[in-house]
Amino acid sequence: MNDPLIEPFSSLTENKPTSKIVSEPSDDFVDLTNNLADSPEDAAESVLADVAIDTTEIPLDEPSDDFVDIFGGETEAPREEVVIANVTVKAAAAADKSEVTSDVTDPPGDLKTGSDFEQEANETATDSIIDLSDDLLSSNAQKPPLASDQFVDPLVDFLSDAPPAADAKIPSRATVDLFEDEGNDLFTEPRQTKSAKQQQKSLFGEADEDLFGEPLGATTKKPVIKEPKGKPVPTKAARDVSNMGGPLQDGYTAEPADIFSEEAVTTVPSIKKTSAVNSKTNGVHSEEDTDIFAEATVELSLDSPQEERKKGVPAVPSASAPSVSAATSLAKPQSASLEEPLLGTNDMNAFQTPLPMFRNKTFTVRRRFSDFLGLYEKLSEKHGPNGFIVPPPPEKSILGMTKVKVGKEDSSSADFVERRRAALERYLQRIVHHPSLLQDPDVREFLEREELPRAVGTQALSGAGFLKMINKATDAVSKMTIKMNESDVWFEEKLQEVESADQQFRKLHVLVESLVVHRKELSLNTASFAKSTAMLGSAEDNTALSRALSQLAEVEDKMEQLHQDQATNDTFNFAELIADYIRLLGSVRGSFDHRMKAWQRWQDAQAALQKKRETEAKLLWANKPDKLQLVKEEIAEWEVKVTQYERDFDRVTATVRKEVVRFDKEKARNFKREIINYLECLLQSQQQLIKYWEAFLPEAKAIA
Amino acid sequence: MRSVSVDLNHDASLLIDIPDALCERDKVKFTVHTKTTLSSFQKPDFSVPRQHEDFIWLHDTLVETEDYAGLIIPPVPPKPDFESPREKMHKLGEGEATMTKEEYTKMKQELEAEYLAVFKKTVQVHEVFLQRLSSHPILSKDRNFQIFLEYDQDLTVRRKNAKEMFGGFFKNMVKSADEVLISGIKEVDDFFEQEKTFLLDYYSKIKDSTAKAEKMTRSHKNIADDYIHISATLNTLSADDSTANKKHCGGYYMSSFVFLQKVEGRVASDQELKLTELLRYYMRDIQAAKDLLYRRARALVDYENSNKALDKARLKSRDIPQAEEHQKQCLQKFDKLSESGKKELTSFKGRRVVAFRKNLIEMAELEIKHAKLLRTWLAMV
Repeated sequence: MNDPLIEPFSSLTENKPTSKIVSEPSDDFVDLTNNLADSPEDAAESVLADVAIDTTEIPLDEPSDDFVDIFGGETEAPREEVVIANVTVKAAAAADKSEVTSDVTDPPGDLKTGSDFEQEANETATDSIIDLSDDLLSSNAQKPPLASDQFVDPLVDFLSDAPPAADAKIPSRATVDLFEDEGNDLFTEPRQTKSAKQQQKSLFGEADEDLFGEPLGATTKKPVIKEPKGKPVPTKAARDVSNMGGPLQDGYTAEPADIFSEEAVTTVPSIKKTSAVNSKTNGVHSEEDTDIFAEATVELSLDSPQEERKKGVPAVPSASAPSVSAATSLAKPQSASLEEPLLGTNDMNAFQTPLPMFRNKTFTVRRRFSDFLGLYEKLSEKHGPNGFIVPPPPEKSILGMTKVKVGKEDSSSADFVERRRAALERYLQRIVHHPSLLQDPDVREFLEREELPRAVGTQALSGAGFLKMINKATDAVSKMTIKMNESDVWFEEKLQEVESADQQFRKLHVLVESLVVHRKELSLNTASFAKSTAMLGSAEDNTALSRALSQLAEVEDKMEQLHQDQATNDTFNFAELIADYIRLLGSVRGSFDHRMKAWQRWQDAQAALQKKRETEAKLLWANKPDKLQLVKEEIAEWEVKVTQYERDFDRVTATVRKEVVRFDKEKARNFKREIINYLECLLQSQQQLIKYWEAFLPEAKAIA
Repeated sequence: MRSVSVDLNHDASLLIDIPDALCERDKVKFTVHTKTTLSSFQKPDFSVPRQHEDFIWLHDTLVETEDYAGLIIPPVPPKPDFESPREKMHKLGEGEATMTKEEYTKMKQELEAEYLAVFKKTVQVHEVFLQRLSSHPILSKDRNFQIFLEYDQDLTVRRKNAKEMFGGFFKNMVKSADEVLISGIKEVDDFFEQEKTFLLDYYSKIKDSTAKAEKMTRSHKNIADDYIHISATLNTLSADDSTANKKHCGGYYMSSFVFLQKVEGRVASDQELKLTELLRYYMRDIQAAKDLLYRRARALVDYENSNKALDKARLKSRDIPQAEEHQKQCLQKFDKLSESGKKELTSFKGRRVVAFRKNLIEMAELEIKHAKLLRTWLAMV
């Protein structure tokens, strides 16, 4: 039954391997790589897709085993939802066997749609799960984009049917109802933002439409898959497709925003709907999945197809399912993506931030660069002392900004804007992936509120000022290291590690920058060689040789492009990654610093207490009861303080430790993924290179 | 692997190769090995030690021989240039402190490889020079050439003294001034007219291409070097990291970059060998062809001058026989030059096309090979 699938998707498989390998768990850096894409929607699309892929694994680290129970007990309705979704996954996973990777991506998305609602419900109960749930939310919309562009063609046929859209809407209502009790307020808020978003859309029309159009398109994918499979109820699926198709088309044809946005409201629910339909149909085949333990299986299967995809070995998901603990698969990402930055009116960059699914919906806000800095300032003020590693924003670049301001349509300024966009996006991703930071009201405000009060004092954070601050912090650290006799070996080692890593990263950054420079040189040189070869070809009097030479010139021309792309790849995938980590390591040091501060405070308090006690002893000896009372009070006060500070210190220590472990884990994972991504790009350019040279070979042979 | 292919007729009667060379400071001693069936040689198989200067001497004597004026004398091999790798080695030594040990070792290896490549290349161009001579029907019979091959002592070619050096420089000046003059002379023969414009044009183009190709190759090398440093740094990074996971992947990326470096390095050296060397060689060869044209043009000018002298002599009715004789000689010389020049140029053209074909094919194949290698490897990752 898989056979029919192979054909429609065979064309996709070519591109697929990339995402397969890339689909390492991740979050923060996802966008970095994908932003290479020229058109904004492409970038957004792939970014989203990536995040979605990665989502599944991340939660594995989170100790949320208890989650299942909670959710099982609390929310009956969601569970059903999940069960249904689960079935879908199964069915689709079966289809995977035919190596159709793209449809694998989709089912998890659906699944998540189901599960994220439950999550939503649970969120109120369990803090630790919250980030997961938000992630889930994002994933349901993110997933689709991956497939959407690829499926556009098949969809067109379905679109022609043009069935009623109401069909899709009804189920969507139903899903919402399920959560009414718990998630009411949560849902209502997004509603508002949505309408806000619509207004915004009319302002920034084109950019938004594409972005939204894609998720819609993706929803239709599932039905498309089903059809060739010959499963029951294909007509229903088809109908879904078509009414989904409407919005999709809008997205692509860039029709008026209002029509589109209206459809958009149905988007998320309709994904669910599709899955529900499918699951029903599949239920016939995979009855065993719909049992009581379904939830567990659901999450498992959510993981498994993707993991399989990574390995490129299609396996039956249900088989691998039991191996993973149930709750783990609550996929991550709440994701924030930055759309194409717009040059604002007041000579500054304004960024549009469509943040999918914060509270279940997509919304977009515009933020200035200084807002990002302001957010950092607020967060680091609030959370830094507690030992949290607050992700630092990119530095303000006066040079780059001036360039943007002065040279309007310059490619370097576009490059700059894109670089910054990607950096800010990664910055936001890091924040929203942080379980505690996501909880911060400022973050939410930043993401959701239409108008932010102007961030003030960010100038101090900009450029040199920012660097100075970091330096100051580092100085303070080193000064304190002397004072503090480190009791914890772990911290000592870690600090050293961080310092040497920082050094190495800096070195690496320089190296990569020089690699980029050399690559650009190569590109230039290749271009001039190509030109020169073309001239030589024109001078050559042997026709065949002349032809071959001009062909060679063409090949070299293409090579130049390849090298240039590679240079961009170097920059975005590699140099930026490293720059990010240099900044992050600064934050890590900062958290160490805060820990030491806490220690210092505790020590100081202890010293003060000691002094007071001495005074008490003295007074006791001098027999001055009136003052003694006062001192005793003070001692009690200080004792409280000492315990307080000690507790604080312990707390900070614990947090820092947890944070550093988390950071290390993330770092290793991100790094691996990014490097693989980088190699991936290289691979592709090698493939191109082979193609070019192979095309050239007969030309060379034709020289007589 | 031959970097430059010349259309050698594989005549077994005279086979020359340089199986060995020794580098002593600035001097490179080549062992020139000859295998022959020709009776003009005393032995069928012999080897002699020769230096770069000996090659230059041979070339110069050939160029100066009047009889060969109508031939394209194979271009003299360029002086062995170990300056750049040496300089790099020096720099590397200076920067040793800033590098990790393995980084240093790798860089050193890379430089050694480069040094070796330069060395090989040098040997090859010298070999090719001799082979071209040996395959030439007329030049292979040259007495000096045979002495060069056979005389088993050091040739102890007298090095040019300062005066001669200056003389040579002056000659070159005159020659280039002449060239400008001559290029203004009206050509009598269409073939040569065409050849002249073609060669002049082609020369400038190929010179340009050579320079560009060199630059390109250098960029490739730079990138390969960057990879070395990056892989080393990544290695240190992963070694520092306590996370087991990281350690594992660190080695993994590092090997990726090592591999990248190797492939990039090979691409660079192959491009150097196949493309840059080809262009470089033909640049010199075209210069040789241009020299032929120059000599022919000189002869033409001589002939015209002799014509004028004859006219003058007739006018004054004095020394007419001598002038007639001279004019006749000049004409004869010019005609002979033209004839053999035509032949040489035609064969040169064929040779060039064949060489380009061979090298371009080889280069394309190598590029594909490397890219495929890299692709397979990356796909494995």
